[in-house]
Amino acid sequence: MTDSEQNLAVLPKKKLHVMNLIWLLVFIVGLVISTNETHTNLSALFANFDQFGDIFVQMLHPDWSYLGSVIPLLLETIKMAVLGTIIGSVLAFVYSLLIARNIVKNKIVTSVLRFIMNIIRTIPDLLLGAIFVAIVGIGPVAGILALSIFTFGVVVKLFYEAIETIDPGPIEALTAVGANKLQIIMFAVLPQVMTYFISYCLYAFEINVRASTVLGYIGAGGIGLYLQQTLQVFDYGKTGTIIIVIILVVVLIDYVSSKSREALMD
Amino acid sequence: MNTSIKKLPAKPVDYKKRIKYSVLTILTIALIIWSCTGIDFGGIKATAGQIAGAIFAGIFHPDWSYVYNGSGEDLVSELWQTICIAFLGTFISAIISLPFAFWAAHTKHKHWYVSRSGKIVLAVIRSFPEIVLALMFIKAVGPGSAAGVLALGFHSVGMLAKLFSEEIENLDDGPNEAVAAAGGSKFNITMFATLPDLLPALISNTLYRFDVSIRSASVLGLVGAGGIGYPLIIALQYRQWNRVGIILLGIIVMVVVIDWISGAIRKKLI
Repeated sequence: MTDSEQNLAVLPKKKLHVMNLIWLLVFIVGLVISTNETHTNLSALFANFDQFGDIFVQMLHPDWSYLGSVIPLLLETIKMAVLGTIIGSVLAFVYSLLIARNIVKNKIVTSVLRFIMNIIRTIPDLLLGAIFVAIVGIGPVAGILALSIFTFGVVVKLFYEAIETIDPGPIEALTAVGANKLQIIMFAVLPQVMTYFISYCLYAFEINVRASTVLGYIGAGGIGLYLQQTLQVFDYGKTGTIIIVIILVVVLIDYVSSKSREALMD
Repeated sequence: MNTSIKKLPAKPVDYKKRIKYSVLTILTIALIIWSCTGIDFGGIKATAGQIAGAIFAGIFHPDWSYVYNGSGEDLVSELWQTICIAFLGTFISAIISLPFAFWAAHTKHKHWYVSRSGKIVLAVIRSFPEIVLALMFIKAVGPGSAAGVLALGFHSVGMLAKLFSEEIENLDDGPNEAVAAAGGSKFNITMFATLPDLLPALISNTLYRFDVSIRSASVLGLVGAGGIGYPLIIALQYRQWNRVGIILLGIIVMVVVIDWISGAIRKKLI
């Protein structure tokens, strides 16, 4: 065997990365700790699996006579999602213009406003719902307010990034002819970002429809209320009806909105 | 003087576009008006402002004694439990997601209906509300964090497997062909070409899902599936605004820190 043939016969050795081993170790330790902490025991699941399966089977036999009382609350859910999206998006629109660094040059203002936005973004929608139920009482208004704040967080983040990546040419052109801030925003910024804004609003609407279906569980209006009632009295046939209706609506709205988003972006 | 320079040419009018936009605008406005009907805005409690003020006061004067008192029911232990729920739930869902992802990825099948059916199954799993899953698991394993772990583990599959399958679809065919050319079996191809190529994307998506799960885990407690949500809803019901304040602060700090860490790791991965 010549030298080069020998080289070909032996594959290059894989390098052992110490860091990978450490990561693996950290990961396994994390797994053990969290299993202990949460007392997760798969045997308990399998021991009671027939009960779990039982619920499932009952849900698969939906009680269609219940549909009549589900529809009004379903419409309320969609109304909540629409209003929450609109209010949140309008707030987000103004706020995004205030924190985009290519429009507002004052670094202190933008930094403070961004910090506030980042804090708002961290609060999950259901927690917002729970808080608003405490503030304005049980009902759809709490849900709308929660969804508004939540939408605000989603849209601001996406929209201000879109504003910051626009072409600076038109802004410079308008500045050169002596336009004021409002005119610059109207004629240079908005035409470039409006389609993005509408697309993000639609995206937020999709999320909101999902979120609004469960908000009722904590008293913030919509179909979630029936979810809670039927689960409490173990009427899983009715729960099944509600869930099937929710899934249908969510899938339908997702489809329509993602199609319109695609059409918008062309 | 030649005036034609001062006048701009008239904008061309695209009637088709104009009609399309006006119809869409009218539809949108109609939708908004319809949404406003039937919703009772007058029902806001007179005490709303006062309570909102109390919550804000609570956030700025949090109940520091609750942070740690060694009882195992303080903020730190509950947050720790929330993180553990999210960690284990994400891990379980990452494992379940893999076969689903291969099912839903269209590049792996000859027949279109195989991957399409996989995608539909994932969409249904995604739209099954997390809270309902949590309540079902509470029935099965009793109230507590185990129910939260299982609910998260199953719910996340819908989103995670979708992301995974998109990664599989975007994969370069080269390495697969190389292993096949060297005489590798189907198992060899998956083990030595597909999975190593996929791994960074899988880890990155799982980390992203972990971020989302942290938020979910802090919510599942509202229905009794363990974690920080439970003490929060109790504090809200008993109007202990100082405690609500400190719990909210705790959740915000936890989410920000975890977002930051996982973002740093993801940046390193890609």
